[in-house]
Amino acid sequence: MSPLPPKKDYIGAMTPMPVKASCAISVRNLRVKYGEREILHGVNFDVPAGETMVILGGSGSGKSTLLRTLVGLERPSSGEIYIMGKEFANISEDERDELRKGIGMSFQSGALFGSMTVGENVALPLQEHTDLDPSTIEIMVRLKLDQVGLSGFENYMPAQLSGGMKKRAAIARALSMDPQVLFFDEPSAGLDPIIAAGIDELILKLKRAFKMSIVVVTHELASAFLIADRMIVLDKGVIVADATTDEMKNSTQPRVRQFLDRVPEPEVTGEIDYLQMLTGDIPPIRQ
Amino acid sequence: MDISTRKVGAATIVDVVGDITLYNSPQVRKVLLDLIKDKKTPRVIVNLERVKYIDSAGVASLVEGLKVSRDQKSSFALFGLSRTAREVLELTRLIKVFEVYNTEEEALAGGAKTDASPAR
Repeated sequence: MSPLPPKKDYIGAMTPMPVKASCAISVRNLRVKYGEREILHGVNFDVPAGETMVILGGSGSGKSTLLRTLVGLERPSSGEIYIMGKEFANISEDERDELRKGIGMSFQSGALFGSMTVGENVALPLQEHTDLDPSTIEIMVRLKLDQVGLSGFENYMPAQLSGGMKKRAAIARALSMDPQVLFFDEPSAGLDPIIAAGIDELILKLKRAFKMSIVVVTHELASAFLIADRMIVLDKGVIVADATTDEMKNSTQPRVRQFLDRVPEPEVTGEIDYLQMLTGDIPPIRQ
Repeated sequence: MDISTRKVGAATIVDVVGDITLYNSPQVRKVLLDLIKDKKTPRVIVNLERVKYIDSAGVASLVEGLKVSRDQKSSFALFGLSRTAREVLELTRLIKVFEVYNTEEEALAGGAKTDASPAR
């Protein structure tokens, strides 16, 4: 169960909790703004070491912003992020670069370097950040590509790969430094069901064999329930649930149920509301 | 991580204590290649009893040791894999590529390959 006292219809946490040494990631009072618009409104959660946390939420819920902030691509306006016990949000770029060596990130788009082969893409972090012999790096590249089902593709250019293969190559690159903490942004989006199931299996194996702590942003509910130890549900920049997978399945929280039961948002009803919306009498949404 | 070697008959046992990671695996590689390539040791056996964790750089170093030993027509074996180390070798599909034994005695005797249950 959540470490916080349960609230009615609410599994998780909105109030700050003490930072635990046993956690791979701790987020406290995290707020992120784009200009004047606040996207995350004081987010708190923990990812215990060696566990997989899935972040669920609809489009615009703030989950991608949360992920980008966790890996240091966005600066929070306030709050704290602890990764492997070290404060990550409010440190210098040099300190952040050092901490990033223990973090892997698999982007939804793949984000491979188009001018480099797949093998060179996977090798790059190892060449940049370690003193490993080139022959060791070559073996590691083949190991990583094999783990994602891309054995023999090291000399291909990214443009020669399908979308799913690019995604798997990006995962291989994220794995190259054997990170303690691994982030996935929509790992199975756009993949056929068999490849997607293979990615789920890989995530489970990585957690078990390499003791990685893993954070996954996904829309795929079946995948989420398969790979997660814990889940959080974000809605409009606020965590509305933070629970184990079993607790989440049985949640009665309305926004959680709506998301899990795939209930569409109600349409704007009534001529007056619609007229007000069209004529601008209803002010724009401000978060 | 600490690494030391001892001769037992014609074999040399490499005792590794501590995790083998990205940052110390070059040390393991150096010891293995020195024994196999330079000293032409006929049988090198790596003792992993006190290695709780091995990452893929560590695995790659062992793969290099195995490859060079095959090139040299010598033999290369592992024993005492922890559950985690075994899972890593399973994940990387190497558990059946290496000669793996439960105990030092079995490894020295070059006995039947044990790939069913973890050493501990």
